[in-house]
Amino acid sequence: METVTGPAMKGALEYIGLDRISGPLVVISGVKGVGFGEAVEIVPSDGRSRQGRILSISEDVAVVEVFEGTSGLAQPTTRVRFLGRPFEITVTKEEVLGRIFDGLGRPLDGGPVPFRGERRNINGLPINPVARAYPQDFIQTGISAIDGMNTLVRGQKLPIFSGSGLPHNELAAQIVRQARLLTEDEGFAVIFGAMGVRHDEAETFRRSFEESGVLKNVAMFLNLADDPTVERLITPRIALTVAEYLAFEQGMHVLVILTDMTNYCEALREVATSKGEVPSRKGYPGYLYSDLASIYERAGHIIDRQGSITQIAILTMPDDDITHPIPDLTGYITEGQIVLDRSLAQRGIYPPINVLPSLSRLMSDGIGEERTRKDHGNLASQLYAAYARARQVQRLASIIGEEDLSATDKLYLTFAREFHKRFLQQGTDENRTITRTLELGWELVMLLPEQELTRLKPEEIDQYGTYPDTCNQK
Amino acid sequence: MESAIQQSLVTMISGPVVQARPAHRFSMNEMVEIGDERLVGEVISLDEDLATIQVYEDTTGLRPGADVYAKGLPLYVELGPGLMGEIFDGVQRPLKVLRGKWGDFIRRGKTGTALPRDRVWQFTPSVKPGVMVSPGEILGEVPESQLITHRILVPPGVQGILERILPKGDYTLDDVIAAIRSPSDKIHELKLFHRWPVRKIRPYRERLVPSEPLITGQRVIDTFFPLARGGTAAIPGGFGTGKTVAQHQLSKWADADIIVYIGCGERGNEMTGVLVDLPKLLDPRTRRPLIERTILIANTSDMPVAAREASIYTGITIAEYYRDMGYDVALMADSTSRWAEALREISGRLEEMPAEEGFPAYLASRLAAFYERAGQVVSLAGKKGSVTLIGAVSPPGGDFSEPVTMHTKRFVQCFWALDKELASARYFPAINYLQSYSAYISMVEPWWTEKVGSTWKTLREKTINILHEDSRLQNIVKLLGEEALPDDQKRIVEGARLIKNDFLQQSAFDPVDTYAGPEKQFLLLDVILHFIDRLADVVKARIPLFRAMELPVVAEIHRLKFTRRGDDPAPFRSIKERIDKEINALLHRQDSL
Ligand SMILES: Nc1ncnc2c1ncn2[C@@H]1O[C@H](COP(=O)(O)OP(=O)(O)O)[C@@H](O)[C@H]1O
Ligand SMILES: [Mg+2]
Repeated sequence: METVTGPAMKGALEYIGLDRISGPLVVISGVKGVGFGEAVEIVPSDGRSRQGRILSISEDVAVVEVFEGTSGLAQPTTRVRFLGRPFEITVTKEEVLGRIFDGLGRPLDGGPVPFRGERRNINGLPINPVARAYPQDFIQTGISAIDGMNTLVRGQKLPIFSGSGLPHNELAAQIVRQARLLTEDEGFAVIFGAMGVRHDEAETFRRSFEESGVLKNVAMFLNLADDPTVERLITPRIALTVAEYLAFEQGMHVLVILTDMTNYCEALREVATSKGEVPSRKGYPGYLYSDLASIYERAGHIIDRQGSITQIAILTMPDDDITHPIPDLTGYITEGQIVLDRSLAQRGIYPPINVLPSLSRLMSDGIGEERTRKDHGNLASQLYAAYARARQVQRLASIIGEEDLSATDKLYLTFAREFHKRFLQQGTDENRTITRTLELGWELVMLLPEQELTRLKPEEIDQYGTYPDTCNQK
Repeated sequence: MESAIQQSLVTMISGPVVQARPAHRFSMNEMVEIGDERLVGEVISLDEDLATIQVYEDTTGLRPGADVYAKGLPLYVELGPGLMGEIFDGVQRPLKVLRGKWGDFIRRGKTGTALPRDRVWQFTPSVKPGVMVSPGEILGEVPESQLITHRILVPPGVQGILERILPKGDYTLDDVIAAIRSPSDKIHELKLFHRWPVRKIRPYRERLVPSEPLITGQRVIDTFFPLARGGTAAIPGGFGTGKTVAQHQLSKWADADIIVYIGCGERGNEMTGVLVDLPKLLDPRTRRPLIERTILIANTSDMPVAAREASIYTGITIAEYYRDMGYDVALMADSTSRWAEALREISGRLEEMPAEEGFPAYLASRLAAFYERAGQVVSLAGKKGSVTLIGAVSPPGGDFSEPVTMHTKRFVQCFWALDKELASARYFPAINYLQSYSAYISMVEPWWTEKVGSTWKTLREKTINILHEDSRLQNIVKLLGEEALPDDQKRIVEGARLIKNDFLQQSAFDPVDTYAGPEKQFLLLDVILHFIDRLADVVKARIPLFRAMELPVVAEIHRLKFTRRGDDPAPFRSIKERIDKEINALLHRQDSL
């Protein structure tokens, strides 16, 4: 094997010829002085260079994953440059906001390549738990099912678990438009990372950003459906590296939207399979958990630093199955999840959020007196208890018929209907205040007799609950 | 200590696994340092000429040919004053010191010592020169925090005549405070701390049978599925079912002397939450901030995976050390599944033959060895101490038939099964009382009946019978509705509902409800069962049950858990009287109709 140290690339080692090509991987032997995880440039004879990364290295054999894929590479003529550094991106504020890039961070908008800034390793570094500030600033999204029952806070990672064809994009776009984090604050940014999404989906987001007038504060990193799959492993890391810079060094509140994490995981599986690794569940590698964590944990707040990273990842559950490894491992890492439900969507309910499997783990610290209102926690808990019971009653009613239900059970049926119609259901432009959401919640729980309201304190009922005149239960 | 002659060199790097040659200079489980940055690793297999090393730090940029330095010691922790109230990573790097040194993000490489060398401790000796001392014996004391007196022990394996010991005074960890002449005339110089290999169980004199409950302040646990000092428990549950909150509750309220909390492959913010809460919360017994009795180990999910494997051992070794001083230690590991997955990942990179779901065949024996380190013991110095182990388990898809849950079940005595459906109705703690169990009930019963209430056993059994009867009836209710039940069965369903809502359910976030001492648990259950008993009279009198459920006293029962702490039995007694009064009035009204 021939070594030519290119004068143009200082510190880079160049080799010609590949030993083996297997899926997205290439194997090069006889290499010396290259390090694990470092960036690689692969230059086929057409001169259009591709990027890659070292997956494993032994005394003289390097296994490299090629982000743009290996198709068209010829074994003997391909040149490989080992760059002697990890995969990096230039972080700047002025040169990234308001711009569109591809999945590897190259401009798609005809603008210049950002260069006025430091280059950062896209893998980032773990935040020292001692340095984290516990997230607790309420973000009003204007969506009742979220604000009232699964409250989002600044610095949280709260994904949307969806299914194909469900309106997760609409919901995410509505959150971006309405989230008070954005409209009230000058120092905000949205970082949008797309992995394998369709062109029209990305365009919908772009238009939505444009219409709400935030486009100049948005940076988009797009790996589209017809872009190389392995590139998807890089896109979220680029997005988060930029986000970290904006949040922790520029003091901005950053909302990161990552979609669709399922495509990301499939790319990871593809690489693992090509390496011949022993898979764990459903063919996904055993380290899927740690790998996802290295993305999701890059959210939060740091003591004495102004900014924050709030992460909304979107994933489509294969077969709508929440126990599938992708949503399952995600739920084990993120601080809750918003779960969309096909049967609600089929009944025409938007947003079709099934609150029962949904959760915001940071809710209890983000609500209550001085944040939202002091009855918020118990009201949410009561809504959960009532809705869970109402769903059971619905099941029972489908067996024995509505007529034979007890008087209380009939009220639960009413509760369920009203919950769907008035609380859950709202327009894509309907932006409810938290006060309005709580009011609606109270109107619903007061459909039930007081003995049923075991999660609420009597004084809370006295203060906020008034029974509707028509069916006085007292 | 470090062998510099004829270095071994790295030959292969694949994530956290590195191989080096030649292998003959290493021993199994020896600690090594790799490359210019001195990345810390441990030898995990030795094969003819190749040593395999798991590296506790990120290996990006590491190159074949890098030097590997043998440290001559197995992976160890430092045991001595300065542990209490601190937070360490999986290989005992002090995270607060790291932050001071590198800032808000964790970097890799050499970091100095686990315990601070510049801090001064007041040592008071308790033995005189000239006496024979044996392993584990107490040489003196250091006040480590307001709550914890740190006893300085003769390290296991060291014994002989105490040649000299320093008088009462202020010393650092580097000072030699005593010297012991062994029978073979060897002099051991002792400091305030010693080192201990994490994978080796610390010796004790005798193992005892657990008999005292470890009170957790959580009603469903203490009253129904109690834990014993020195016992073992597992909390399995899908995501969001309440494992972490349960572990946090236990670390706050369990009546152990010392808590070791291991965040093993979980969220950074959860460690932050503990760090924020514990200094503010007071121990209900001592009125001191809880942080003063707590040691935290954090390997969050974004920190290196090999250190996750080590974090469990780091934690348990520290726990055993305080046990040896005569303390009751409770250790929480959240989550043991992440530790098992770390094993799996390393094993996969070694291309070992996988057993179930890719886990290595030795998964079960590693789990067994971990839980085996729990126990109530008489220490080498003759002190009674204990280590109680509580491990969270995170089964994929919430399915308890997976390997980690299945094997864990074989080795623990308490099983607190969390239930997705309960959690989704925000019914917490979501402990499913039909699937959960504790093997300690008969062992802790004498304690409850002697110390808390003589009727504890009957009360508890009556409650369980109602709950079981209710779950049988629920099958009918699901098909026919509650209306279909006769009133005596409706009484069971209503009674069970009261037990579930007003006793079992307990909010971690309510300032009063978050902790319920044994007295409160007993008094509260006594009130509820009294009401259920009296419902029988209502049924007998053929009064519709809902009339009794609408009595004003029912709302008072609901309020009890939020308003009373149980230090005063009077309010509970007066509610019982009100129950009698209102039920009697109801019966009377019926009679006079
Ligand atoms: N005892 C409890 N009281 C009130 N809320 C609880 C309790 N246990 C769990 N929760 C709620 O459930 C959420 C998930 O619990 P957590 O312990 O984080 O689950 P897991 O560790 O099993 O994923 C918490 O954020 C909290 O809102
Ligand atoms: Mg947890």
